[in-house]
Parts: sequence; structure tokens; C-alpha cells
Amino acid sequence: MHNKTIAQLANELSTNRISSVELTQLFLDRINRLDNTLNSFITITTEKALQEAAKADSLRAAGNTNPLLGIPLAQKDIFCTQGIKTSCGSRMLDNFIAPYDATSVIQLQQAGTVLLGKTNMDEFAMGSSNENSYYGPVKNPWDTRCVPGGSSGGSAAAVAARLTPAATATDTGGSIRQPAALCGITGLKPTYGRISRYGMIAFASSLDQAGTMTKTAEDAAILLNAMAGFDERDSTSVNTPVPDYTASLNDSLQGLRIGMPKEFFGEGLNSDIAEAIQAAMKEYENLGAKLIDIELPNTGLSIPAYYVIAPAECSSNLARYDGVRYGYRCKNPVNLEDLYKRSRSEGFGKEVKRRIMIGTYVLSAGFYDAYYLKAQKIRHLISQDFAEAFKKVDIIIGPTTPSPAFAIGEKSNDPVSMYLSDIYTIAVNLAGLPGVSIPVGFTKNLPIGMQLIGPLFSEARLLNAAHRYQKITDWHAKTPEEFN
Amino acid sequence: MSLTTADTKKIAQLAKLNLNEEEVALYTTQLSDIFNTISQMSAVNTQGIEPIAHSIELGQRVRPDQVTEINQRDTFQRLAPDVEAGLYLVPKVIETE
Repeated sequence: MHNKTIAQLANELSTNRISSVELTQLFLDRINRLDNTLNSFITITTEKALQEAAKADSLRAAGNTNPLLGIPLAQKDIFCTQGIKTSCGSRMLDNFIAPYDATSVIQLQQAGTVLLGKTNMDEFAMGSSNENSYYGPVKNPWDTRCVPGGSSGGSAAAVAARLTPAATATDTGGSIRQPAALCGITGLKPTYGRISRYGMIAFASSLDQAGTMTKTAEDAAILLNAMAGFDERDSTSVNTPVPDYTASLNDSLQGLRIGMPKEFFGEGLNSDIAEAIQAAMKEYENLGAKLIDIELPNTGLSIPAYYVIAPAECSSNLARYDGVRYGYRCKNPVNLEDLYKRSRSEGFGKEVKRRIMIGTYVLSAGFYDAYYLKAQKIRHLISQDFAEAFKKVDIIIGPTTPSPAFAIGEKSNDPVSMYLSDIYTIAVNLAGLPGVSIPVGFTKNLPIGMQLIGPLFSEARLLNAAHRYQKITDWHAKTPEEFN
Repeated sequence: MSLTTADTKKIAQLAKLNLNEEEVALYTTQLSDIFNTISQMSAVNTQGIEPIAHSIELGQRVRPDQVTEINQRDTFQRLAPDVEAGLYLVPKVIETE
């Protein structure tokens, strides 16, 4: 049962072969039995889950047929959940019981889903390995000596280990796609503004985007149907119609033009990953797609530009944590300055402090033009690269990451090498585009992810392309042995 | 680009963070590495390129000037470390004789 997709579980539930309470209990049991090894959950909401499941069962008896009714899932601990601890992986918010629900939490509740708990993450979503959590690192279910990726490492590991059928996640520079790749699951980062950011704790507001971690593209489409849409409470929410993302999943790929950017296949790419992507491209050719070589010449500049823009926004957003209104406060402050400084120094972890300092520096007097303004111009160049490419192709395909999951501790003292693990994902955030990572093979028993990138609001097309590939392959159905 | 320990201390002061000497040394090295990566930007010709703050330029949305939120002060203050009579308490700011 735990290996079934949302689509399959919905069928089990609607034909009364299992109740939501039974299904929820099954996943709660798995979490209790298996998560000691992984550390993928920060909070398990047992009581609430069983209540919601019972409610879902009675709604079904009363005739409700929502495809998500009674489906258990997990929320990344960055989404505010009323009455439940919402820590964002930080000591700063270890005592924070959210006083309201994020819009996407409400949407999933209204669809009838059941909340199993809140998943572990890099502190304030800053990291690519989930080693920056106040609650300790998450382990990769395929090899527990390795990282699951980050920042949505808990969501990715929990889905991969079948502790939940799906989870929410967020992606500012690759935080959905990179852990999805490293854990062998399907991770969807929609277009910027497609899902509300209201109640999603801010890191870099012009880049942050909510999305999904699932086994399949079909499940991502089902969840996106519930989560996408305009929200007047989010000033950057986009008011464009939301299609039924499941309706076009089986569309033909005949004549689909797929761009392969040469910058994604150059130096630094693991050769097994390159081969797996090439093999997947063959499958796409068999499905009728046409492969076209393209260029994204400014890809290499995405990391420098990102590490100006994201920290600048982070230093502004995280200025609110001052020990006064909520969150961590230091003991016995002697004056206001001491209250601010010690609360922040004791409440934030190393990587968060690093990024606050980068941001503070690039925004400080005299440096604005050289760093922030320059980075915004480069952001424009990167957007233009994609716009040019999409004149010639419908979607772009490449690796999600340059290497498979790395060992815990391997990069934790070398921030720049950690930052480089997001080399293929960051440009997509700078341009606001949708991207999805799907599993396409293994190297030494570690999963390989392939990234599909589309123009703004092309989620339906991306999920269609991902789904057609998953219909003729079974990489997405592989489960790590220990968790089978 | 290389930062000095004095730079690091100044940044920490602006960011309202306390660093001990060991942290100052560590962050000076790490931030210098990061700024070396960032400095690749300076070689790029961006003449005539408009800076963009967002990937999708939406313009600022406006709404009628009406009260839409209810007062939840008590709810929010339950989260505060120290409150009294509806006020947030902090250490004394103005010293008296």
C-alpha cells in the first residue's frame, strides 16, 4: 500500500478497499518505525491526522469525491500550520506555534488531505544538503551515509522512503528539484507566483516558490490542481487561469522540440549522469520528440548573481527576527542592542548568519551598484537566454545536479562547493520558470535526476512530458531496499 | 576579493550579530571565497541592460482602502517572549537618573 501513488490510493479509497483512517495509521506507523534512521520529520501530528482522516471518511460516506480526499501528506516545516509548531528548521522558531495557516495549507485541507506532520529542512531553506537544520541532518534513504539534498531534504527523504505519499516543498535556488533528484522522486517547482506564498516563511521573496514532492508527475498534477491559483494575500500571486493539469498528461509528444543546452553537459558533470540523460533523450525521441542543441550562454553567471540577490533579500527578510515579538529571545539581555544581537546570534545557525552577512555587505552604502544592481542586470541576461531558447524549443532538458548524493559532512565546511551543487537549478529561479526533476537512473545505487524546464506557466506541458516518460520507464517506481 | 577581519566585524555589527574571534576568522575566509565567486560578475558587460527585480513584471496591485483584517493582538502576543498590558517588553531604552 505504501508504494502506491496518490492516483492509486485515491482509487483504493473511493472503492472502499481501505479507509483514510487505516491509510493514515499505516503511514504514521511507518514514520514511527522508520524515521529514527532518517530524521525526515520535525513534528508528527498523530492526533490531528487521525481526526482529519476520520472526517475525510465521513465526507466520503456523504458523497464527496475530491481526488485528494483522505490522502495523507506532509508539509515542509516552512509552511505555517495553525496551532502546530512551525520551526523553519531554526532554533529561532523552535517555540513558534503558527497563529494562522498558509494559503496552500488551507487549500490542501479543503481538498480533504490529511496532515501527517512537518518535514525537516535546512534552516530558513538555506542549504543544499539538509545539514543546516537545528534538528539535525536528514539521511538519504538510498544510502544513509549520504545527504538527501536540500533545502527540502525532509520532504524528499520522506517521500522516497514511502513514509508519506507526497509532501509539499519550496524552491528558491533548487530546493525542490535538487533533493528530488538526489532521492529519486519527482519534484515540481512551478512558475514564480503560481502557488501562493502567503504563510510560507520568507527567505528570498523574488525567488521563493512552493511546489510538490511526489512519486510521479501524475501525482504532482493532482496536487498542483489543488494548490495553484491567485491569492489576494500574496502581492506577487499571478492572476492567470489554472488549467486541469491532469487533463493533458497523456497528450502526444509527437513533434515536441526539446532543447539540450550545451552548458549543462560540460565540465563537472558526472559521466554516469550524462549517460543516463542521453538514454532518457533516446526515449523521448522514440516518443516522437525532436532534440535540438541550444545555448544558454549566461548559465555560469547564475551562481554569482544568485549569491548576491538571495542573500540581499534574506538579510532584509530575516531582520524581523529580533527577539521582541516572537521567536527566540536570549536570556537576561542587558540592553536593547544586547537583546537583538544575542537573540540573533544564538537563534540563527552558521549558514543563515553567513547569508545574512553577505546580504548585509552587498546592500551596504557604496556597494549597491557593484553587487545588487549588477546582479539584477545579469538576472535580466539570464532571463533573456531562456526567452531566446524558447523561440526554438518547447522545453529544455538537462541534468538536475552535476553529481549524485554526496556524503554527510563532505561539503559542510566549504560553502562555495556546496553552492555549486545547484549550478543547473538556480538560473530557473532567477528567470521565474517552472521546472520538474524526475528520476532517470542510478549511479552506484544512488538516484539520478533529470530536469525539464519550460516557459512561464507551462506546468501542464512539463508534467505531460514527464508523465509520458514515466509511462514507459520504471525508475520512479524504485524504492530503497531498507524502506520497501 | 579578500575581506579583512575588520570588514567582517563591521558587517556583523550592521547585521546585529555577535561573532567571537574564532568566528570572525572563519567567516572572513569563507566570505572572501564567496565574494571571489561573486566577483565573476564584474567581467560581464551589462551596458544598456535593464536591471530586473522580479522575473515576472506584474506592477503593483492595488485594492480598495478598506479594513480586511480583524484585530488579533491577543493571539499574536501569546507568542511574544515578554508582554504586559498589551505592550511588548524590552530592556529599558532610556536611562533615568
